[in-house]
Amino acid sequence: MNELIYFFNYVVVAGSVTGCIYAIGAVGVTLIYSILRFAHFAHADMMTLGTLAVLLLTLAFPHAGDPLGLPTAIVMLPVAMAFTSLVAVGIDRAFYQPLRSHGVKPIVMVIASLGVTLMLQGLIRLFAGTGSQNLYVDARKEIFRIDVPGVTRPIILTEPQVILFVITIVAVVGLHLFLTRARLGKAMRAMSDNPDLARASGINTRLIITLTWVIAGSLATIAGTLLSLDVAFKPDLSFFLLLPIFAAAIVGGVGHPYGAIAGGFLVGFAETLAVFNWSVLLRPLRDSLPTWLELPNNLALVGTEYKIVVPFFILVAVLIWRPTGIFKGKVI
Amino acid sequence: MPLLEAVDVHGGYGGMNILNGVNMTIEADEIGVIVGPNGAGKSTMLKAVFGLLTITQGEIRLRGKPITNLSPHKLVEMGMGFVPQEKNIFPSLSVEENLEMGAFLKPATVSRLKAQIYEFFPPLLEKRRQPAGELSGGQRQMVAMGRALMNEPSVLLLDEPTAGLSPRYMNEIFERVKTINAAGVGVLMVEQNAKQALRIAHKGFVLAAGQNRFSDTGEALLNDPQVAKSFLGG
Repeated sequence: MNELIYFFNYVVVAGSVTGCIYAIGAVGVTLIYSILRFAHFAHADMMTLGTLAVLLLTLAFPHAGDPLGLPTAIVMLPVAMAFTSLVAVGIDRAFYQPLRSHGVKPIVMVIASLGVTLMLQGLIRLFAGTGSQNLYVDARKEIFRIDVPGVTRPIILTEPQVILFVITIVAVVGLHLFLTRARLGKAMRAMSDNPDLARASGINTRLIITLTWVIAGSLATIAGTLLSLDVAFKPDLSFFLLLPIFAAAIVGGVGHPYGAIAGGFLVGFAETLAVFNWSVLLRPLRDSLPTWLELPNNLALVGTEYKIVVPFFILVAVLIWRPTGIFKGKVI
Repeated sequence: MPLLEAVDVHGGYGGMNILNGVNMTIEADEIGVIVGPNGAGKSTMLKAVFGLLTITQGEIRLRGKPITNLSPHKLVEMGMGFVPQEKNIFPSLSVEENLEMGAFLKPATVSRLKAQIYEFFPPLLEKRRQPAGELSGGQRQMVAMGRALMNEPSVLLLDEPTAGLSPRYMNEIFERVKTINAAGVGVLMVEQNAKQALRIAHKGFVLAAGQNRFSDTGEALLNDPQVAKSFLGG
């Protein structure tokens, strides 16, 4: 039983955490792709930027969350979401919009977004330095231990993980309701389906583009902050997020928000399972194993420091065997 | 005052002229049909009216107001509806959502108009929750026309509404066009099925090489031996 709890803590919980982060990130990538038709490489840096905004706000008002009993970073999240959305819209107006009005090819937009990536990374380091910083300023992370009867090892959940699950559910349900019920949400799907007809129907496509950046910027801030709350803020956060997020979006079928969510969890769990130490689960069998077969201490598929190869492998495999993804998306 | 007037329209894509002086006039209660051989500029003319390509010479007027080279967005606001030949629906949106998008500029009227459209195209009512992309060709055409009608246009432009449809659906679409027109909507349509289209047309325009070859009432064109010989296949 202890081993099962270990599996739960290190695979089910850890995989769900990673899955949630990747899912929220991938939804942003997929929404931008379906409206603007290019792979936005600066998306992971928008996550870092949003998190940096949260960090700076938390440093400025470290006890703002106390009256509500929430981590200050969560209280600051809406402000940072608004700020990041504004920056995202600004970046679009300054860099992408002029290219769009020239009618450039999608690849030019992709390269432009790489330029934005480098610019954002420089700016972030300018303000945050290069070291990692804890988002819990002047506060302590709460850890919940849930005892399971008859087992010595408890199920462990941390406060940021619980908040992460709640916010992810709220964000996904909210996005679903927006896309299926709201007039602008439906217009967004219409524009993704057929931009020319959307224009011929009188849909204000400029407004839809602005809205897309606001949603993408907000989601990026949520994902980045929740991840940093669980571990710590690192200025090079985006480096470890970009590949898994794109893998998730492509696995799910680019242009499908629900596919991106599924893809996020798939990549998250694949990564977690690949770095999981399977030898722990085999330990109860140790006594019945023949003496010549010694159970190694570490039986993970890849070392933790190499886990980035997992999304990379998934990405390559999907592009070779099923380039449209699980949900039949567009081919980038 | 005529509903829609085109005077000596020249234009094309990327500097190459496809239209070399097209003239047409339709009144508010009329159906105008553009026919002609392939490459005559029929669809191009329709797109020129809807502001989808640059007109280099000539003028188009809607109720006497010049609308030459106005953006499609502006024209939709002025009461023009356009149904392209291809890609004329939102395939992943449900039938109902397709219709709602047609009335994007007038959200207050959506439910009233939706009920009207379902009355007008009964097959759409039972399929209203289905993605429009899963419908048959004829039903898609109904969705496409319904979407354009949701904006309560005063003039409806249809680009080959019966292309690729079975004869049964073709007749049904022509009947619907007549009913739409009887309800007070001016119609300008491009048609490959020239004979059937001219039968319901008040005005017909035979284009060839980007110019009017014949312009007359639908009936007169049908009975003109020259038109019949060169353009209607005898």
